[in-house]
Amino acid sequence: MFASLKLESFQNYWKSLKFALYCITHPLDGYWDLTHEKKGTYAAANTILILTLVVRVMKLRYTSFIFNDVYWEDLNIFLYIGSILFPFALWVVGNWALTTLFDGKGRLGQVYMATCYALAPYALIQIPLMPFSNAVTVDEKEFYSVVSAASLVFCGLLIVAAMGQIHEFSFAKNILFTIATLFAMLVMIFILMLFFSMISQGVAYFISLAKELLFRL
Amino acid sequence: MKRLFKGIAALSLAVSVFAGTAVTTQAMGNSYTYNYDYWGDVQSSPDFYTARKVYTSDELGLDKKLKNPQGLFVRGNELYIVDTGNNRIIQMEKGANETLSVVRYIDSFKGDVENTTFSGPTDIAVSEEGCFFIADKGNQRILKLDNDLNYLMQFNVPVDSTLDPDITFQPNKLAVDTADRVYCIATGINKGLIKYEADGVFSGFVGAAEVSFDWTDYIWKKFASQEQLEKLYAFVPTEYENIFMDHEGFIYAVNGTATEEDLKAEKAKAVKKLNLMGSDILVQNGNYPVYGDLYMGSGGGHEGPSHFTDVTVMENDVYACLDRNRGRIFGYDDQGKLMFAFGGNGNMDGYFRQPSAIEHMGYDLYVLDALDCSITMFVTTEFGQTVYQAMDEFDLGNYEKSGECWEQVMKLNGNYDLAYIGIGRAHLRQEEYKEALEYFELKYDAENYSKAYKQYRKIWVQENIVGIVIFLLVIFLVPTTINKVKQIKHEIDIADIFKQ
Repeated sequence: MFASLKLESFQNYWKSLKFALYCITHPLDGYWDLTHEKKGTYAAANTILILTLVVRVMKLRYTSFIFNDVYWEDLNIFLYIGSILFPFALWVVGNWALTTLFDGKGRLGQVYMATCYALAPYALIQIPLMPFSNAVTVDEKEFYSVVSAASLVFCGLLIVAAMGQIHEFSFAKNILFTIATLFAMLVMIFILMLFFSMISQGVAYFISLAKELLFRL
Repeated sequence: MKRLFKGIAALSLAVSVFAGTAVTTQAMGNSYTYNYDYWGDVQSSPDFYTARKVYTSDELGLDKKLKNPQGLFVRGNELYIVDTGNNRIIQMEKGANETLSVVRYIDSFKGDVENTTFSGPTDIAVSEEGCFFIADKGNQRILKLDNDLNYLMQFNVPVDSTLDPDITFQPNKLAVDTADRVYCIATGINKGLIKYEADGVFSGFVGAAEVSFDWTDYIWKKFASQEQLEKLYAFVPTEYENIFMDHEGFIYAVNGTATEEDLKAEKAKAVKKLNLMGSDILVQNGNYPVYGDLYMGSGGGHEGPSHFTDVTVMENDVYACLDRNRGRIFGYDDQGKLMFAFGGNGNMDGYFRQPSAIEHMGYDLYVLDALDCSITMFVTTEFGQTVYQAMDEFDLGNYEKSGECWEQVMKLNGNYDLAYIGIGRAHLRQEEYKEALEYFELKYDAENYSKAYKQYRKIWVQENIVGIVIFLLVIFLVPTTINKVKQIKHEIDIADIFKQ
């Protein structure tokens, strides 16, 4: 009984993961079905996100030095992963926070899921690019650069398409809210900076107070 | 933003207080000789050149002390010092055991001219036939004398409609080519090098610094007030500071006043190699442009980029630039890669107070110090010698020997990027591509790596062509076969004859 349940949930997961392939080839249908037909799962979304991060880190090591020289002495792997995760989180939260005020149908979880599904081409294109980069010379650099850039553009277009479908927005409204979300991200960064600045000043105040006390005692 | 930075500073202070550790600073670049690696980090290096001897006026056996000497010229084993402050030129000869002895003092000449003495001469060049060309700055002329100091002719202020007719002609530095054409830098003339034909006729300006103009300037000029506009027009191309005629007849010109912004934006070039047309043909294949120190922040009382005041080009196309800002010498190879950087300001041997000229005799370097009134002679160390040997062997086509020399260099200095690339190039020429690839990858030399890789890939494909074809066939045939089989099976399954 338990075994069959496990197998069934695994099959379900596998199906939802494979659905990412359908999404990237049929974005409009795919992302509509993702939430409305419940074709997507969080497990698959998490997998794609983790895969994206893993590929990004692997690229550091396995891409040819011609395209990607890494100054290892100065590399902080957590910051590096954060450089994807942080804008990603900002996008998800910013998009949801805005669209929820303007008739967006998608919930926070759905925005997260759809954005994750839209990242699928990154891993799919970048994984074969890694061995490919080691088989080309500087003269053939353009092949690599174009395909590599295409993977990012592809992801970007998919994200925009996905947002339109899950919020049930028209094309123009979708574009408008994509731009608005970018501004929302900036606003959030600003507030975060302000927040950290205030906190650190607060902390510094108490530290200097403590120091002063220690001096006098 | 300032608040933010303060905040971050306070936070990091807090963190360091809590952690109870002091911020550690990394000591870098405190060796006499150094180099920059691929990342621009300072890599300490064993000495490439070492100050063998410092010649002061006494050691040279001069009758009166040098006074603000400005120029140096080497021809064969003769060394000419332009003793500007004493209005004379000292001809010296290099003897055995690194001695320099005075041949004669050139303080006047014979000839039918009004003034047969010099007034603040600044430079001398000697042609192949032994004629002297002297920049007699105070007397506003360039003199051509024969070897017995007889007046031959003089070069006067260039006659050109674009020049202010009232200009005082102040020839500062000069160079002479094999056809006795004279190239001259004069104070206050910024149109490039003044070129005279052998008969003394001014024939034009060569190698003027091109004036860049971009659309932001245009917009700015539209809105600028009159005072601002006047300031804007004050931006004129800079003059060259010194020139050197190399053994192939190319002129190396240094610009000692380029600003940090211009150098970094590649608007100005610290060193140019001018061909006959006056265009810059200096090869800059290094990781960083040819402008001396990469880090221009203040330190030790000196700030800003390296101010090159003189350059000398050796027979193997290695050129050494003299920086009067930090008192350093930068050597570049013919590809524009930094080979060595050493020196500093100070009173010790091998340090300078106000370096004014550099020359070479063979691979030895002579540096003239205008304030210290001394000449420092630098000779190559074992390290430097091996590097030069490796380069020479490579040029001669002895790639294996060159590779061995570079291996030796690598043993002497494991942080020397050129050694790895040299070994790689030697392997490449010997068609040992796999080894070459390893060395190029270590030092991020993408160009050479690609050259080696192209060959390596070609050979690999040739050797494995059968495997590749089989692999491709399998990739394309297997899925189609499987589909075909599936289709047949499906047809059999649904075929009517088997239904009964």
